[in-house]
Amino acid sequence: MADLLRQAWTVARKDLVLEFRTRTAIVSALVFTALVLTVFNFGRDPTAVPTIDLAPTILWVTFTFAAMLTLNRAFQLELENQALEGLLVSPLNRTSLYWGKLIANLMFVALVESVGLPLFVLFFDVPVGRVLLPLVGVIALATLGFVAVGTLFSALVMRTRFAELLLVVLLLPFLVPPLIGAVQVTALLLGGRPLSEAAGWLRLLAAYDIGFVSLASLLFRFTVDE
Amino acid sequence: MTLAQRGGWITGIGLALLAAVYVRALAFTPVERFQGPAQKIFYLHVPAAWSAMLSMGLVGLGSILYLLVRDARFDRFAAASAEVGTAFSLVMLTTGPIWAKPIWGTWWTWDARLTLTLFLFFLFIGYLLLRGAVTEPGLRARYSAVLGICGLVLLPFIHLSVYLFRTLHPQPIVLKPSAPSLPGSMLVTLLASFAVFTLLYVGFVMQRYAVSLLREARAGEGEGEGEGDHA
Repeated sequence: MADLLRQAWTVARKDLVLEFRTRTAIVSALVFTALVLTVFNFGRDPTAVPTIDLAPTILWVTFTFAAMLTLNRAFQLELENQALEGLLVSPLNRTSLYWGKLIANLMFVALVESVGLPLFVLFFDVPVGRVLLPLVGVIALATLGFVAVGTLFSALVMRTRFAELLLVVLLLPFLVPPLIGAVQVTALLLGGRPLSEAAGWLRLLAAYDIGFVSLASLLFRFTVDE
Repeated sequence: MTLAQRGGWITGIGLALLAAVYVRALAFTPVERFQGPAQKIFYLHVPAAWSAMLSMGLVGLGSILYLLVRDARFDRFAAASAEVGTAFSLVMLTTGPIWAKPIWGTWWTWDARLTLTLFLFFLFIGYLLLRGAVTEPGLRARYSAVLGICGLVLLPFIHLSVYLFRTLHPQPIVLKPSAPSLPGSMLVTLLASFAVFTLLYVGFVMQRYAVSLLREARAGEGEGEGEGDHA
């Protein structure tokens, strides 16, 4: 187990170093997030719809789109110069490869969200101070679910034409359960309700995370091995 | 007799029986007291939903078996089942709103079962798109098997998450802990329709499976002694 995690971290670190050196993807993702938030501002009538009613929607549609767009990156970059073949002939456990990609994607999406959340608060003047900790917890739970499935699927589509579009079409139905849960919990939190009212949704989010991280860890090797 | 011919016969018998079910449903089954004639669509809608669910279940099963034993037959079967399931979900998704408009007063509502079936349809489409996008047969079989299994696991989550909203859909009337709450004559019509739709599923899948075999044979001719193409 320790060995698996060490290998996974090696893969994740490689991806993050690559990302840090070029910064194209992360900057694009951050700008994209900011742009979606501004689109939301102008895509509603502020005199008719109070921001607080729309806040959970704005937050989660933005995070969902940002996460989906960044997930393609994980395996697309391995296609250049047959880097994937290099990874596959190295003595690297397939589960570790998946976990490595998962960790890198999670950190990537977390970074986007950690900029997106303050921007959201700034643009829409949503009072999150009182519920910041549980809100971050919900974001983490939902993001783990998004990214677990997304990382597996980005390996499925990497060799296809229109990979970016296909990933979105395959992935969106899978984002619906965590999205519903996250929106509901966010609405409860922003509405000042106690966290205990969200227990059912939190259980659903946790079950989804456990279910799909395990399933994807099991199935990943079929996407890369001959 | 070839597989396609056998499939054709089964489909033909299924369609003839479907006509018989229609006659029974329209002429020899009592009109429901509150819903009137609109309820007749139930004998088409519910069995279509059953066949669509059956298709998805068997796509998942075929996918698991393919990954376990790597036999191309399971991949062909899963592909056939997905295509047939798409057709049945379309029947279900078109007959549902036609019934819902007079009875609920709305074409569509985001209730648990409606949402579930809509996503079932999206899953079938995504599965077929992925199959279309991967050209190498071995890769296509593995990729679509992975997606098929994920789809099967997703459905309970969608049902559960949407169910946490209040549901408007009629509650189960046949498969429930107590006795079916449907008068005997209606129940017979419904069960007959279930049997007919299951038969149609079998007939369609056999024909679609035969199409895959023909495509593989053609691809094999093109490549000479290639490894074959299981579509």
